[in-house]
Amino acid sequence: MLELRSLARHFGGVRAVDGLNLTVQDGQIFGLIGPNGSGKSTTVNVIAGLLPPTAGTILFRGEDIGPLPTHRRLRAGIARTFQNIRLFGQLSVWQNLWVAQNSAEDLARRGFFTRWLGGQSGVRDEIARLLEFSGLAHKQNELAANLAFGEQRRLELARALAARPKLLLLDEPAAGMNSEEVGQLRERILSLRGSGVTILLVEHVMELVMGVTDRIAVLNFGQKIAEGTPAEIQAHPAVRKAYLGGEAA
Amino acid sequence: MDFYFGLAQLIGVHTLLGLSAYIVLLTGQVSLAQAGFFAVGAYAAGMLTVLAGWHLVPALGASALCGGALACAVGFPALRVKGLMLVIATLAFGEGVRLFFFNFDYQIAKGELKVGPVGGEGFRQIRFFPENGWETWEVMLFIWVFVAGAMALLWWFDRSRYGAVLRAVGEDELAAQSVGINLTAVKVSAMTVGGAIAGVGGGLYAHYTTHIEHASFNILLATFAIAYPIVGGLRSVYGTLLAVIFVQGILVEGLRFMGDWRNLLFGALIVLAMNLRPSGILGKGRHA
Repeated sequence: MLELRSLARHFGGVRAVDGLNLTVQDGQIFGLIGPNGSGKSTTVNVIAGLLPPTAGTILFRGEDIGPLPTHRRLRAGIARTFQNIRLFGQLSVWQNLWVAQNSAEDLARRGFFTRWLGGQSGVRDEIARLLEFSGLAHKQNELAANLAFGEQRRLELARALAARPKLLLLDEPAAGMNSEEVGQLRERILSLRGSGVTILLVEHVMELVMGVTDRIAVLNFGQKIAEGTPAEIQAHPAVRKAYLGGEAA
Repeated sequence: MDFYFGLAQLIGVHTLLGLSAYIVLLTGQVSLAQAGFFAVGAYAAGMLTVLAGWHLVPALGASALCGGALACAVGFPALRVKGLMLVIATLAFGEGVRLFFFNFDYQIAKGELKVGPVGGEGFRQIRFFPENGWETWEVMLFIWVFVAGAMALLWWFDRSRYGAVLRAVGEDELAAQSVGINLTAVKVSAMTVGGAIAGVGGGLYAHYTTHIEHASFNILLATFAIAYPIVGGLRSVYGTLLAVIFVQGILVEGLRFMGDWRNLLFGALIVLAMNLRPSGILGKGRHA
């Protein structure tokens, strides 16, 4: 599904991502963990096309997506959420999902005129489904800025799903959530796996990462220091040292 | 009565100018180029009716095309820069257009008269309305048909997904890109529609004043263009209309009796209005 080959992104002298090789298989939930500043968010931004890589290639379903601008990558099937929630606060919940109707299926299904200048009727079912999934149906006319924090996180996830992604990049989706909300998020992520979406999960909350992922890569200073199943990672000495605190087991 | 019809003509034309900036402002771009598109529309329509003998309606269509095409061409390079840089870039463009017309001569003989634009003297004798015997109120109605058309178009945009996308781009470009919105296409399209509306406004302006010159299309006009939607608020197209009525009808005309004190009070009232309604006349209230 996704393959990073010697990917690098430098900011001046800082090597945020430095020669990263990574392969995410179809249907996997792949965790990307590491201490603060280890290059996880930069990796997501490079995959999503918000930052050009300094070196290396990104293959998505076997094709080099390096030259594609961000909006074309979305159409190709890569959607994302942000570490700091970025909703359109002055648009309603419903409108936030409306503007995100840009999937390739959508483009094929509806003509230019209907897509842009048509009313709300053609997309009602699709958006109702997303609202249902995220439990926001009763808030659909509320401004996104007025939602509670957890609701905003759910809306952002729904907005990413509006693109019918094949690969979903989740950048710390559990940040700031209480453990009940983390539990709900976990259910949602698992149900997405059931619908065939591949997920790259960047996360600090170990309870979530260890519980849902099939495979985990650990970054430190922009380089991969370990990769394996959650059980292997938890037992890995280098990981314990760099990330989990290095206490003796 | 003619005074009020005249005022209504002015308000109509300025509303078109304000609406042209409104749609661009929705995408979060501050453009001082709108007076330039307005000027191009004014000269284009004037030359077509006076020199080529066209009827005004197709001439206004040509104004819309010229304004829109120029805005599209300007949009591609200009919208690569943001914020203050864009303000300066569009300001430079507007001044460039003004200076072009300052140096633009194109006269032909018509009977014993020579007609057409002559540089600094401007373009006189744009006499389509008087030649065809239009009364002031008829001209006023004609102008307001276009104002209503432009408002209806933008109102429709606001109800469609396009309008929501414009506002999404205005709020957060990074997020907009990430949900699959092509920023360049959206911004340039807004600029193009704005340029076409400004072009029509300019064409109407040229014909009701009958005389245009480069100095009318200066930085002050460009400032008015963006001031209307800002004072009126970006919540709906009616805000811009209300702001033009407030500024041109009440502040400029209503305070005329105060002589030179008017300008001082004018500024003070704008500041007061923006303090009382920071998101515009039709925007949210102060504490919302």
